[in-house]
Amino acid sequence: MSASTEPASAYVRIANVTKKFGDFVAVDDVSLDIRRGEIFCLLGGSGSGKTTLLRMLAGFESPTSGRIYIDGADMSTIPPYERPVNMMFQSYALFPHMSVEKNVSFGLEQERLGRDAIRRQVGEILEIVKMGSFGARKPHQLSGGQRQRVALARALVKRPKLLLLDEPLAALDKKLREHTQFELLNIQQRLGVTFIVVTHDQEEAMTLGQRLGVMNHGRIAQVGSPSDIYESPGTRFVADFIGSVNLFEGQVSDEGADFVRIRSSELDCAIRAERSVNCTRGATVWTAIRPEKVNISRQAQEGDARNGENFARGTVREIAYMGDMSIYLVQIASGKMMRVTLPNVMRGGDEPPIAREESVLLSWHGSSPVVLTE
Amino acid sequence: MRLTQPAGRRLVAGVPILWLLVLFLIPFLIVFRISFSEVRLAIPPYTPLITWHHGTPSLDLHGSAYAFLFTDSLYVSSYLYSLKVAAVSTLFCLLIGYPMAYAIARAAPSSRALLLMLIVLPFWTSFLLRVYAWIGLLKNNGVINNVLLYLGVIHHPLALLQTDFAVYIGIVYSYLPFMILPLYANLEKHDTALLEAAADLGARPLRAFLSITLPQSLPGIIAGSLLVFIPAVGEYVIPTLLGRTDQLMIGRVLSDEFFENRDWPVASAVAILILLLLVVPIMWFQRLERQELEGAK
Repeated sequence: MSASTEPASAYVRIANVTKKFGDFVAVDDVSLDIRRGEIFCLLGGSGSGKTTLLRMLAGFESPTSGRIYIDGADMSTIPPYERPVNMMFQSYALFPHMSVEKNVSFGLEQERLGRDAIRRQVGEILEIVKMGSFGARKPHQLSGGQRQRVALARALVKRPKLLLLDEPLAALDKKLREHTQFELLNIQQRLGVTFIVVTHDQEEAMTLGQRLGVMNHGRIAQVGSPSDIYESPGTRFVADFIGSVNLFEGQVSDEGADFVRIRSSELDCAIRAERSVNCTRGATVWTAIRPEKVNISRQAQEGDARNGENFARGTVREIAYMGDMSIYLVQIASGKMMRVTLPNVMRGGDEPPIAREESVLLSWHGSSPVVLTE
Repeated sequence: MRLTQPAGRRLVAGVPILWLLVLFLIPFLIVFRISFSEVRLAIPPYTPLITWHHGTPSLDLHGSAYAFLFTDSLYVSSYLYSLKVAAVSTLFCLLIGYPMAYAIARAAPSSRALLLMLIVLPFWTSFLLRVYAWIGLLKNNGVINNVLLYLGVIHHPLALLQTDFAVYIGIVYSYLPFMILPLYANLEKHDTALLEAAADLGARPLRAFLSITLPQSLPGIIAGSLLVFIPAVGEYVIPTLLGRTDQLMIGRVLSDEFFENRDWPVASAVAILILLLLVVPIMWFQRLERQELEGAK
């Protein structure tokens, strides 16, 4: 689905890879190119096939059909211990009976390097992950964040060209995650490694990934930059999976060179959106509007001034105060709930700008709706 | 509640302590005490610990039973032979049992229960019967010799019975489950992600086994080895039925002293020395296990 525009620079090429476990299709005809030096995030729910794809890259599973090329070389018959790839496991998989130093030097010992060279490289990488003074500790004597660093050091010490990270931040608490995220980016840039990160956490994917691949039911649903995926989702699944979204089902009632007008039984007015997809009059489409792209105001009568387009009248049913912003659940005339978020710009408002059960007008700009055909 | 809970706890701890006291410590003290007596023709057949001379008690301790063990080479050679037989049998149990335990631990979860049951199945038949069955297999006109003669592999029956070989077969066969079960319990817990991590870091399968699986299964190896080694040292039935007549194992010597020679003090001294020989490896094991527990935290 995602033929790269510059195939020559593809460092990892996944070509029509399918993996079946018995009758279950874990990965379904996936083709994907990953560029040298980029951070590529595979994002998907559990059972979407993202981990299976990663394990095939590492060589722990072999594709039922299709091929994987790394730096131009076909990996089909290459066992994990001969691949130019290292992996950071979700559970970290540190060797419990070995010290931090031994864990990190294990990979270098397999290359039969001299003892001095091993010691120097282990020291360097432990400094990079800021674990220099923990070399003698055993894994069970470390905190979760420290284990994560050791796992990273162990995977990086062999200076792989490609590092696979399976849910690298899942086991860390929120503060530590943010900190570690930026450190990962920093290390990735310093060492120039290509990262492929598997995660179910969209926030992690958005901040880490330069490009994302959203997976669903073993297939790649969409590939693109974080803002591509967020602002221009290609399918309802992607729109719904990344962030939250208000979806309206409707029919195309009018179309022009640069716009489409959509009638939806869920809305009491038409949606006028910028033309982004091919759709003919009468076709069933879905319109996605992000909660932060909806304006909310008290002047419900203002709606008359909007040409009968891109607004909805409703009543605020719930307000969730999140600190930096508030989420408003507004029931519109059709009975459907719309989700609107507003930043809390003003401080100390005991009185929210808009209260529960108040009648409000929701409106959005013509560039905000995304029209989806699937 | 607050008052009854410690009492309940004491009761729970008290039962096994009482068990050990009555069935282990007291018999041990009796044997220990007899080992310091001298034999005499009486009931009981040993000298009392305390004798009375004109109203004053005097402690009557004799080391002669222990001294005797070192005057006749029979005892020392029986001890050494027993240790050798036990050590060799343990080694073979380990070499045969480890791959079996590993295979069961790596088998599909649905078939593991069946495989484990097959390991335990022989226990459903009497131990004595199973050892007797080996006589039928190993004797001069037994199954093995008859088959080999029929196939023309040999022209005279091999002397299999009453050899070291027969004792090893008997012990390895009988004790193999005691090696396999603790090894399985250990290997089954291993995280396969560790082997994947090792492969990912460039270790070939054999190397990964040697540096990851083997060290991690050490507690299982030690537990299994002790469970085989300790009873094998004192084994009585197997060497008596299958073994040599010119070289006895220490269990047989002990039984002979007790029932044939009616020398209770020497029999007791033999038993105490076996115990001392075995306490060392047990303590070593406990120390390792403690380290393991600390490491698992």
